[in-house]
Amino acid sequence: MIGLEVHVQLATRTKAFAPVAVAYGAPPNSLTDPIVLGLPGALPTFNAAALAAAVRLGLATGSTVRTHSRFSRKHYFYPDLPKGYQISQHDEPLCAHGHVDVWHEGVRHQIALERIHLEEDAGKLNHDGATSRVDLNRAGVPLVEVVTAPVLPSAELAFAYMKALHRLVRYLGVCEGDLEKGHLRCDANVSVRRRGDAALGTRVELKNINSFRFVRAAIEHEIARQIRVLDGGGRVERETRLWDGVAGMSQSMRGKEEVADYRYLPDPDLPPLALDAAELVAARAALPELPADRLARYLADYQLAFDDADLLTSEVALADYLDRAIAACGPGHARALAAWIVNELLRELAGRPITACAVAPAALAELIVAIDDGTISGKLGKDVFAKMIATGDGARAIIAREGLRQLSDPAEVRALAEAIVAANPRQAAQYRAGKDTLLGFFVGQLMKATGGRVNPQLASDTLKALLAG
Amino acid sequence: MTALVHMTATELAAQVRARAVSARAVTDAFLGRVDATDAALGAYVTVDHEGARAAADALDRALADGADGGPLAGVPVAIKDVIVTRDLVTTAASKILAGWVPPYDATAVARLRAAGAIILGKTNCDEFGMGSTTEHAATRTTVNPWAADRVPGGSSGGSAAAVAAASAPLALGTDTGGSIRQPAAFCGVVGLKPTYGRVSRWGAIAYASSLDQIGPMAATVADAALALEVIAGLDPRDATSIDLPAPALVAALARGVRGLRVGLPREYLPDDLDADVAAAVARAAAMLADAGATVVPMSLPHTRYALPAYYVIAPAEAASNLARYDGVRFGARCQDPADLDELYARTRGEGFGPEVIRRIMIGTYVLRAGSYDAYYRQAQQVRALVRRDFDEAFADVDVVLAPVAPTPAWPRGATPTPLDMYRADVFTLACNLAGLPGLALPCGATAAGLPLGVQLLGRPLDEATLCAAGAAIERARGPAPRAPWPEGTP
Repeated sequence: MIGLEVHVQLATRTKAFAPVAVAYGAPPNSLTDPIVLGLPGALPTFNAAALAAAVRLGLATGSTVRTHSRFSRKHYFYPDLPKGYQISQHDEPLCAHGHVDVWHEGVRHQIALERIHLEEDAGKLNHDGATSRVDLNRAGVPLVEVVTAPVLPSAELAFAYMKALHRLVRYLGVCEGDLEKGHLRCDANVSVRRRGDAALGTRVELKNINSFRFVRAAIEHEIARQIRVLDGGGRVERETRLWDGVAGMSQSMRGKEEVADYRYLPDPDLPPLALDAAELVAARAALPELPADRLARYLADYQLAFDDADLLTSEVALADYLDRAIAACGPGHARALAAWIVNELLRELAGRPITACAVAPAALAELIVAIDDGTISGKLGKDVFAKMIATGDGARAIIAREGLRQLSDPAEVRALAEAIVAANPRQAAQYRAGKDTLLGFFVGQLMKATGGRVNPQLASDTLKALLAG
Repeated sequence: MTALVHMTATELAAQVRARAVSARAVTDAFLGRVDATDAALGAYVTVDHEGARAAADALDRALADGADGGPLAGVPVAIKDVIVTRDLVTTAASKILAGWVPPYDATAVARLRAAGAIILGKTNCDEFGMGSTTEHAATRTTVNPWAADRVPGGSSGGSAAAVAAASAPLALGTDTGGSIRQPAAFCGVVGLKPTYGRVSRWGAIAYASSLDQIGPMAATVADAALALEVIAGLDPRDATSIDLPAPALVAALARGVRGLRVGLPREYLPDDLDADVAAAVARAAAMLADAGATVVPMSLPHTRYALPAYYVIAPAEAASNLARYDGVRFGARCQDPADLDELYARTRGEGFGPEVIRRIMIGTYVLRAGSYDAYYRQAQQVRALVRRDFDEAFADVDVVLAPVAPTPAWPRGATPTPLDMYRADVFTLACNLAGLPGLALPCGATAAGLPLGVQLLGRPLDEATLCAAGAAIERARGPAPRAPWPEGTP
């Protein structure tokens, strides 16, 4: 079984306990003050924005959000920890007993959480040969630690959980979710048990997993290692191991004999956190539709393909785009819209955010309606779409301006088709002699003559009838 | 006219505001006094001649331009060295902070400056406020200005000695378990420990955060009241600071004690109490009764558990608060450490004195996962009981009268074991556990001429009643005698 502890950096303007800006890539130690540096006499005061973000995540995971929680000090010495302790939550965490909904291969799982608690980040050490330099820009940045129960049965599901959590915190706006900047960091607790055993095996903690890919790799590696130990007749030691993503292996950091005693102390500088019920009700009412629910809705209400629904709910802006487009043209076009967004729009965007897209949701909806009702062909649709991207104009305006309306009038098409047949008597004779494949030739000629505007089905049907006659 | 150095802070501020004397003249008078007396007294660890004179000159210029000058206009103030002062060396009397220059002011100091006060320098204390004698300072020995062979008390011994010897009219101390009140009693001055949260702790170098409180030390209750009015009040930088306006204490001085119920707790007057100390308390009780108060016996039944609870909680918080002195970012660092562990161990081993190390070890022990419940949690439960004692008592009485220390100032070097010293805090530390305000003031002297003090403990936020009762004792007692320090100095 696997349990994950994920540190999520809260997207606040300032640090957890100091009025100092949070930013990435600033010159070392430029984002500090007496509080961040732990100077004598400096005192922490808690950032209300961090609390609001943590409450939002707590409510969104269905956690019990305590109206009364408190901060504790967790003591250890390290150069990147200015005060000699980290302000964290120990015996009274903000949230308990929530869950994260994870869609994995078409199935919805509910992953139980033990707790979500607030804490501050440590700084960073930059090693340069024999010298190590301390950068405290990151020190004091607000985090929540989201701790699952030991309920994840596989590395695959652990990986899916990480992605679901990432999606959730971005939906809620509580975290920017940039993995490159370490906004989500994961420790994994892994234990294997023999088939039929009731009790969990000895737990090993893997620290320092800094990408989603590594979550899967580290856990798979650890499961294999523990099975090897057990099969060899050995015992799994309770220990903490550091994951080296580059080498693809872990090494022991400390064993159980040296298990850390953090000497927790309720922080006397910070009064208990108090929330009132009305605040919680208001925060709950302000929650957006959650990504797992949205995906479920796309499957149930629009019968989208799972992979499309999954992709379209990966970013709140993308799902919002789809919903706005559906609102413009009705749910009957939802599948077509989804397919168009997945296959055309995202390719066109090539990684740029949907918010940078020149084509408004309503404009895309016009295009889909025009295709679905036969005003233009799907092939023409792509040309129109290209022009929409280039100009930002709506589909209807482009179709009208360029005269792209599909030729669907049978009489008009019949007249054009007769002319084509008349102009190609040799091919007509060959067709009538049994060379059916020449139908494609005639359709192509008709397409060419109409600049691609002829309804392909009607063209084919009309030509068949003419050539048969 | 009284010599400037023998004026009260209230008188000095009035003189300066009236342009009867310049802030510079006042400052020079006190700097002169410090220069003449402090080599032997040892009250100061840092004297800021230049900064004080510059601040006085700036104030004089502002006064010449028509400024009001503020309630403490031109009043020199000595600051206990555990309170940080911008650009002025602050060491908490510890080697580990030798030479450290803070880049910011404590809120109390900033408020003093804004009220026109002139910062004279930093006063000696027990290292990080840990001790009851000022014998645990890194560099200096402070003597009691009444008798050079006696301790001035602690940990705010330097501040108390400075006020007693007239080398500052006003001083700031900090009180974690009696560190303002006990040296005030030993040195014959007034010490006011405010309600926890009344004065911002921003810039007070933490000893035990849930107990520490900054407060004034002065020659009179009026001066202490005036100073507390200036430094009290909400500070957004201290999350434990109380959101109530500073109290009108000076106005309360004339209120009197008619109708006041004064409690004498029997646990604070044990049979073996020093006879002089017991007599001082009896004298104060009689003065209050004569002034119209009703003195009643009372009980604070959990008093005997306060001392052990205090010596669990305070070291636990101290061990935590002192973890930041690691030699990485500021302060002293050991020479040529072989590795990171040695950097920590030697920096701290060489930088901290024995009393601080002792309390870090105790605190570290009681917070261990295996002993937390047996010690720390239990001490917190005792703390709640001590608080409840006072809550129940204050339903019946308005103020509690008690001794400050079990004896007058004792000879230097006379507390051979740490436990002897800890036991001397038995009457002061319950007030801190309960977060109450406490006022110590002189009330008589021993036959040998050592000052005796008494303390008044009040309801939370009720410093006004303490000041009113203290002023009533002062009126009955008459002006407190000045310390004969140094002999022959006016």
